[in-house]
Amino acid sequence: MYWEVAKRGFRRYSTYRAATVAGVVTNSVFAFIRAYILIAIFRQRAHIGGFDVRDALTYTFVSQGFLMPMAMFGWYDIEQRVRTGDIVSDLYRPVDFQGYWFALDGGRALYQAMARGVPPVLVGAVFFSLRAPPVAALPVFAVSCVLGLAVSFALRFLTNLLSFWIIDVRGPAQVLVMVELFLGGVVLPIALFPRTLEVLARALPFASIAQLPLEVYLGKHPGVDALTTLAVQAAWAAALLLAGRAVLGAVMRKLAVQGG
Amino acid sequence: MTQELIQLRDVTKTFTVARKAGRVRRRFEQVHAVDHISFTVAQGTMVGYIGPNGAGKSTTIKMLTGILVPTSGQVRVAGLEPSRNRVELARRIGVVFGQRTQLWWDLPLRDSFDLLRSIYRVPGARHARNMAAFTELLDLAPFLDVPVRQLSLGQRMRGELTAALLHDPDIVYLDEPTIGLDVVSKAQVRDFLTGINRERGTTVLLTTHDLSDIERLCRRILIIDLGHVIYDGDLPTIRRRFGDERTLVVDLEEAGPPIDVPGAVVDRVEGSRQWLRFHGHQLSASELVARVAERVRLVDLAVEETDIEDVVRRIYLTGRS
Ligand SMILES: Nc1ncnc2c1ncn2[C@@H]1O[C@H](COP(=O)(O)OP(=O)(O)OP(=O)(O)O)[C@@H](O)[C@H]1O
Ligand SMILES: [Mg+2]
Repeated sequence: MYWEVAKRGFRRYSTYRAATVAGVVTNSVFAFIRAYILIAIFRQRAHIGGFDVRDALTYTFVSQGFLMPMAMFGWYDIEQRVRTGDIVSDLYRPVDFQGYWFALDGGRALYQAMARGVPPVLVGAVFFSLRAPPVAALPVFAVSCVLGLAVSFALRFLTNLLSFWIIDVRGPAQVLVMVELFLGGVVLPIALFPRTLEVLARALPFASIAQLPLEVYLGKHPGVDALTTLAVQAAWAAALLLAGRAVLGAVMRKLAVQGG
Repeated sequence: MTQELIQLRDVTKTFTVARKAGRVRRRFEQVHAVDHISFTVAQGTMVGYIGPNGAGKSTTIKMLTGILVPTSGQVRVAGLEPSRNRVELARRIGVVFGQRTQLWWDLPLRDSFDLLRSIYRVPGARHARNMAAFTELLDLAPFLDVPVRQLSLGQRMRGELTAALLHDPDIVYLDEPTIGLDVVSKAQVRDFLTGINRERGTTVLLTTHDLSDIERLCRRILIIDLGHVIYDGDLPTIRRRFGDERTLVVDLEEAGPPIDVPGAVVDRVEGSRQWLRFHGHQLSASELVARVAERVRLVDLAVEETDIEDVVRRIYLTGRS
């Protein structure tokens, strides 16, 4: 069942081809801008926070590929259905509401990973010598991406559910976007942050979305370290998904008493 | 014995709404959307659930689906308590809220149906059979591959009906399913519903402001207003009770005073035309015409029935007074 749902999520996005092409171009252009800034920085120092220039360039292009699959520019699918009231029909289906949306989002993410995630990396590989991930790290990277998606979804699920209480969730959702982009290490790898900021960023769930999978990709978490990384991500995903369920319970109680 | 599929006993739903009173202060008011309603619906019947705006129709339907919990009273649908067994019940009911959509906006109509198939776990063969039947009955073929957002209202509504019925529910709640439809689409939707009810024995609870829907579809109607049931019965009875009055319109050779004839009262006089109101079961139209002809010279005449809209308007008015 969830597989079928995921397939529709995939299909749904694959209908917007022109938008996909335009998006790939934009993502790649931004990757180049970020790449040249980083090259300039690494002219001053060859190593920052364990990264060399090649790490940083690889990080840039791959992270650019994470933007859309992880929906880091905002996602309002549930909010829209709340606003129109159509959400009520989703709520009385004989399925788990959160599981249903996660499956739908999984399909979307898979489509965007293929259409929007891979191309910037290929483009980058043509112009720069990017680092290829260690073969041993690939399975860990795959799991790490899925867990990253779970964390990203759980956060978006929570902010979207806010729309049952407040009229306009775009405010909180925009804050989430900014925080994710910055503390999630997309603007700049967390590894390049000042020490205290890095500690803070690592203590928060946002690093699980892109930073940790990217570090795995770069081979920064070999051996047992990989498992610890995955465990951190899994813990955040579980905690945030459970929080989402709790809020969903509150939504159902509110609807049952106050009406939609 | 017919089984009572839907049972409401003394059901009340009260909303608390905040009203502004002064700058900061808010007063809390209780709105009794549904106020001590009791009724039952037998399996396989089609019931028209009507009433003026704000009467409590949608609120009742929401309680029947289990989305809303009644403030007091008891609701039973197919032997289940909806709010407690919402998910279990969901497999057995279908819902169309005419103003909402349950379809997936960006997906072709067909994909929405496929998704519903997996959500309701309908076996493949049955799904295919239902799809074929509905495609034929509702003429879905021309737009099955069109994304829902591009469908016209009539097309979308046919999609909504299909979506509500694909999993063979025992009961469908239709909240204004013909809203905004043209006459052709309305007729198609009505024929479809009649067919479903006849062939599958589906119980239908229908809310609408278009009373011709009710006339065509429902033997029984329930009228509610201000949260109360004000009428529960069949259509012929309601006509007899409230709509039995007929009007004889006569054109006379020359204008004159209101005709004095036993069994009828003159409602209106306009030049040489007069309107005589009479009770259909006390006096036949031909008898009245004969009596009138004895007294004055007639040029033309016509008998007007009170239409169902008038009947219901009168019931709404008496219910409120
Ligand atoms: N969530 C809610 N909060 C507060 N009041 C509500 C809520 N839902 C409905 N009401 C009130 O309850 C009453 C009944 O509403 P309901 O929607 O059931 O009417 P209806 O019969 O469906 O009307 P319509 O024909 O306009 O669709 C109205 O006075 C409405 O304002
Ligand atoms: Mg309504």
